[in-house]
Amino acid sequence: MTMTATQQQTPGFLNVAPDNWKLAIAVGLAVSILAASLFPASASFWVVGAMVAMVAASIVVNAFRKRYYGGLLVSPAIAVLFVMNIFPLLWSLGLSFFAYQSSQQSMRFIGLANYSRLLTDDLKAPELWGNLTNTAMFTVLTVSAQMIVGFLLAVMFAKQFPLRRYLLILVLTPMMLSVVAVGVFFSYYYDPTFGLISQSIKAWNGEQFILFSNKTGAVAGIVFADAWMWSPFVMLLVLAGLVSVPKYLYEAASIDRVGSWRRFWTITFPYIRGLLMLALLFRTIEAFKMADLIILLTKGGNDTMTISYHVIRIANEQNKTSEGAALSYLLLFVVIVLTNLYLYIANRRSREN
Amino acid sequence: MATSTTIWEKLGFRKASGVTEAGWGQTLLAGLVSLIYFLPVLLIIITSFKVQNEAMSVPPKFFPTSFFGLIPDVYVFSPTLENFTSVFSRAFVTGGAVESTGFDRFFFNSMFIAGSSVLLALVIGTLAAYGFSRYPLKGNDTYLFIILTTRMLPAIVVIIPIILMFRIAGLSGSYPGIILLYTAFNLPFTIWMMKSFFDELSLDVEDAARIDGSSELRVFFKICLPQVVAGLAATFVFGLILTWNEFLFALLLTGIDTRTVPVAMNQAVAGGGIGVLWGLLAAIETLFLIPVFLVTFFLQNHLLRGVTFGTVKR
Repeated sequence: MTMTATQQQTPGFLNVAPDNWKLAIAVGLAVSILAASLFPASASFWVVGAMVAMVAASIVVNAFRKRYYGGLLVSPAIAVLFVMNIFPLLWSLGLSFFAYQSSQQSMRFIGLANYSRLLTDDLKAPELWGNLTNTAMFTVLTVSAQMIVGFLLAVMFAKQFPLRRYLLILVLTPMMLSVVAVGVFFSYYYDPTFGLISQSIKAWNGEQFILFSNKTGAVAGIVFADAWMWSPFVMLLVLAGLVSVPKYLYEAASIDRVGSWRRFWTITFPYIRGLLMLALLFRTIEAFKMADLIILLTKGGNDTMTISYHVIRIANEQNKTSEGAALSYLLLFVVIVLTNLYLYIANRRSREN
Repeated sequence: MATSTTIWEKLGFRKASGVTEAGWGQTLLAGLVSLIYFLPVLLIIITSFKVQNEAMSVPPKFFPTSFFGLIPDVYVFSPTLENFTSVFSRAFVTGGAVESTGFDRFFFNSMFIAGSSVLLALVIGTLAAYGFSRYPLKGNDTYLFIILTTRMLPAIVVIIPIILMFRIAGLSGSYPGIILLYTAFNLPFTIWMMKSFFDELSLDVEDAARIDGSSELRVFFKICLPQVVAGLAATFVFGLILTWNEFLFALLLTGIDTRTVPVAMNQAVAGGGIGVLWGLLAAIETLFLIPVFLVTFFLQNHLLRGVTFGTVKR
């Protein structure tokens, strides 16, 4: 890079200064192309990386000199997210337009064929539709169970009482367990012979009870495990809202003899609405991706296949990488539409009040 | 309730005053509910002290002692520490030599990888959140939404390009690769959470400091950061819990030297060919729970306060 410094001392583009980002980009591009054509991939990757770092450094110095703090503060996070998330996302978006299997080397451009096959194929479209309705069912059931249980737990813990600190941590524990352990141990509790549920039912009416024998049971088992694990998350957020309600509002309400139902909707609810919405947003996003518990509990049997598990099957087990990518972009589209709708409603509601 | 003025109120925060006093009656109710809620975890802990055939016994054995003959012998198991020692070293073949399972290494890996990536995400994410909050860019909301979007896709979609990328860069199976990946994994939540904290702070104090001639760096470190300590703690705990238990990325991107406990746990479950070793799995999970349980316990007060200040007033 110092080679160009001695050639010309003209100010502007060729002036070698730490904040001359235009020159940095030009040199970086030239060196990267040279390296990519001369060295093997593993070496040129690092050369390109160093060039990117150089360009980034010059942009940073430039931003600092111009007091452009916003971009400066945000840039490290954007850089990490770009390399580790957005770049792979774009890569797999590109893959979804090709016929590509990770077990083979060939790659063929087929345009939108992956998408159209998923949406119109006689075999795949009904399967996709079935998985989508399953996912929607699981999302609605688990998220509503978590919201209700989490809310009730929060109401219980919203008072100051002896040993509260120690009891609260007991309720928070399920969230800290590894999902592998939760899945495996719930299959232990649900086991038809030595599982606790089957044993107690057998002691009750003497019949062998198999929870996963039909769809209702399988869905109930999965929803129960997931709701048990993640209700504490909702509880924590709601509890934070509940303890932030100023006490004088309750005192004023009791002087005015306001009924408890009305007191909840007019005083308490406005304080927890934002947090309930946040919990709902994060839990819905997570529930849409639910796969690991189902893999561990039913392996998709009894019609409990979700779309996320379906993607894993296609992309990982059947090696149909590009088809899996296309499917998950369809999923992403659905989630983005739903999230935007949700944010729109949430914003409009908060503007009304 | 005590009515002393805390530092939080001086800084213009609402006091957490919705808390009403309740007596031991509430403790009884909450204790009962908490115990029922905790029961599946308790059973895992109990199972970790059982040998294999006692773990699968009919009727189930719940109690480590008979409490001086109060409980019938069929419900009593004889507690053993065998599972805990065999987490770290055991004979893989019956009658064979005792070998190390490498779990000490896996525990270290989990702590090192989760700890450093959550801290890194906290540093980078807090800076970015401060930037998004104080110096809004053009299309600020769009950036924030794109950042949230990165959490919406099933992990399996990004994992194939990442595997290819890591293989080219020689990062697969190394610490920097997985740490950087987990940092990116934690960033969206960190940024969203910390931004709402910074949005909450009153700008008056900062402006006053600027008028008095404080530099931007000083304003950030001496005025803003101390006010969001609770938020940092809350974000740290949430990030730690999520990263600690992450499975899919760890399964596909860690090598034998960098393997984390969830992956090793999954292999310990499957291995052996004689079904799940319940006691061993329970012992691994019990040991694995302890660090994150302790961190949550000691940061618990921050956790509640942190979430409160972070998200209510928007």
